[in-house]
Amino acid sequence: MAETNLRFRDDEPHEEPAVSIEAFLGQTNATAVRIEAGEDARLLLPYLDRLALIEIDFPRFRDGRGYSSASILRAAGYTGELRASGDVLVDQMLFMRRVGFDSFAPDAPIDAHALERAFERYDYFYQSAADQAVPVWKLRHG
Amino acid sequence: MGKDCGDACVKLLTGNDLTTGDVTWWTGDGWSRHIEDAVDVGDHGETLLAQETAALRVNAAYLIDATATPEGPRPAHIKDRIRALGPTVRPDLTRKPADPNAGTWVI
Amino acid sequence: MYQYDKYDQSIVDARVDEFREQTARRISGALTEDQFKPLRLKNGLYLQLHAYMLRVAIPYGTMSGRQMRMLGHIARKYDRGYGHFTTRQNIQYNWIKLEQAPDILADLATVEMHAIQTSGESIRNLSSDQYAGAAADEICDPRPWAELIRQATTFHPEFSYLPRKFKIAVTAAEEDRAAIRLHDIGLKLVKNEAGELGFEVYIGGGMGRTPFVAPLIRPFLPADNLFSYCAAALRVWNRWARRDNIHKQRIKILVHDLGTEEFTRQVEAEWQEILPLGTDVPRVELDRIAEYFAPPPFETGLSDSIDRSDPDFAVWLDQNVAAHKAPGYAIVNISLKSIGGIPGDVSAEQIELIADLAERHSFDELRATHAQNIVLPHVRKDRLYSIWQILRDAGLAEPNLDLISDIIACPGLDYCSLANARSIPVAQKIATRFADLGRQRELGELKLKISGCINACGHHHAGHIGILGVDRKGTENYQLLLGGSGAEDASLGSITGPGFSEDGVVDAIEKATDVYMRERADGERFLDTYRRIGMAPFKEAIYG
Repeated sequence: MAETNLRFRDDEPHEEPAVSIEAFLGQTNATAVRIEAGEDARLLLPYLDRLALIEIDFPRFRDGRGYSSASILRAAGYTGELRASGDVLVDQMLFMRRVGFDSFAPDAPIDAHALERAFERYDYFYQSAADQAVPVWKLRHG
Repeated sequence: MGKDCGDACVKLLTGNDLTTGDVTWWTGDGWSRHIEDAVDVGDHGETLLAQETAALRVNAAYLIDATATPEGPRPAHIKDRIRALGPTVRPDLTRKPADPNAGTWVI
Repeated sequence: MYQYDKYDQSIVDARVDEFREQTARRISGALTEDQFKPLRLKNGLYLQLHAYMLRVAIPYGTMSGRQMRMLGHIARKYDRGYGHFTTRQNIQYNWIKLEQAPDILADLATVEMHAIQTSGESIRNLSSDQYAGAAADEICDPRPWAELIRQATTFHPEFSYLPRKFKIAVTAAEEDRAAIRLHDIGLKLVKNEAGELGFEVYIGGGMGRTPFVAPLIRPFLPADNLFSYCAAALRVWNRWARRDNIHKQRIKILVHDLGTEEFTRQVEAEWQEILPLGTDVPRVELDRIAEYFAPPPFETGLSDSIDRSDPDFAVWLDQNVAAHKAPGYAIVNISLKSIGGIPGDVSAEQIELIADLAERHSFDELRATHAQNIVLPHVRKDRLYSIWQILRDAGLAEPNLDLISDIIACPGLDYCSLANARSIPVAQKIATRFADLGRQRELGELKLKISGCINACGHHHAGHIGILGVDRKGTENYQLLLGGSGAEDASLGSITGPGFSEDGVVDAIEKATDVYMRERADGERFLDTYRRIGMAPFKEAIYG
């Protein structure tokens, strides 16, 4: 099976490994950081300019804390790569794209056809999020 | 709960049919909707459970204690007796709709 | 009532397609049960004691006749001829096959219905006042706001993998007919001194293993900020909920552990972060939704007089028919609690009969209530007698609204794999013991609620009399509680003492009602007498 594209950015993938928040806050030159589920994404808000990659871990796919972390980072203006890693299934990836993830490092392989269908299945969304989708209420009223 | 089944203690493998949801019981060489067909799996329960689950022949399977009786195995727990029979408040929807006393077996 | 536009329909249709694919992946083995379970729960599909069970959403309990007919169709075609109305205004089917579930959802989508987020760790069905739009005491119809929140919380990308289920209720009257303070978020529409519309926001209520009445978190939230404030609460909870312990994950635990003050502080701070992002739904959208809830074209000049000469009709009229805000109209309560029947269960034939009555006599609208009954909200008084006759002939005219035989009961161990004890047989025995209508009316308002396990789907904590089924060394046993209420005077029931057998709990209840009859002061309900004299006299009578 051809490898499924799991990165949805135009720039080059970031090479530097992601360090923990604790390590990041102790260093001056790291540009990639990893957030564990439950850690406070807002700790990174003063440093968003120099971050090229933030990786957020999903230890179990049912643990939804990473969605809030991503939402907070994108709302604060982070434009770098936002990667979801860990127990990520194709069924979560549309939600993840919507809250601002633009790359994925799942534990298990993702079927390319299933992913394509997942991303194309819904034409409309009720609420605004970090993505470009116009919420339905806005489509209704212009 | 105390085990007063003595030599009549058995272990049954039970679960649900994946596509229909029907309660099923391991018969030794397949699955039946009727607990009377269930066999004692002895020490092989976990192996069977894993094998049958992987083969998609059962869903949500688990092992239970039961007592062997002339009428067939009687699960130790009331929940599994209700699973075996059907809802006591709708005798017409149970496995034994023609038997007005079927519900007493549950208790 | 609300009608889908192309956007709503597209979203529901896409969901059917998605679930069809997920089901196929499960049946082929591409998904394990562990992976599939949260996905099927997001579509209301449980694996229950006897089969798969499907819980269909009835948003804030409101339906058209056409939708009700579809529920009957599903009962006939895919189930075993009946459905069960639940304590959250939904309907459940007990005999569903997984391979047919996608087709059921497809059928539902043709009448603007679905099973989205009715189970699992989701934001669940919005519940509301079953008399909305008909009762005189509401400041406005709460359902447009419920619909607004329903849409805003459907497939919300940040809040689709929550720590646990999340239940929201909305009302707009002083009398709380939706038990809002026993929800994760309870919302009461109010007006401030300037006449502006807003919400009293209660957060952290719930029943189950650790019941709480929700504290008031915000006395006045401007109505236009409803969604952003709820999102703030959800985000705080999503972050801090205790994912290590399934019994400690609801927001009520967080509110209790942090304390109301600290929890409020965190929500308010998070809300200030969210507010500038423009996620609130503008008033123009609420107004669009509200148009669907405009009052129906009530006729004027109708008579308010009703011929009471049929004594059975008069009894039903007095008990089951409530006052309507429009002259000449009334609110009809259809009891799904026939004596000795199964609370909340209704056959496909009864479903179709009710749909017909709604279409012909209630401007094509009916509601499911959290007490597991049905409401026809807008009925001309001069039609009541003929409607009653039809209901009577169909076994749907039990005149017991809010009386002791109007029992709320979960399906219990007869149907539910979570249960410890059966609840329906207990309900049947109680109803039979108290079948005499004169006796029931003497006892008056007495809300009796039965749960088959600690999950409290029968709302036993909120019963004037509550029963909790437990497993006592492999035998079914029943704890008795007194003094709970789900109304605006919300309170949690107290356990009387050691538990009882099935027959024993019926006897204990009779002793409790005897104490009430002996001790009550003028105008007191059972609940009022209990609150006045306390547990001791009841305990003494019950345990001797």
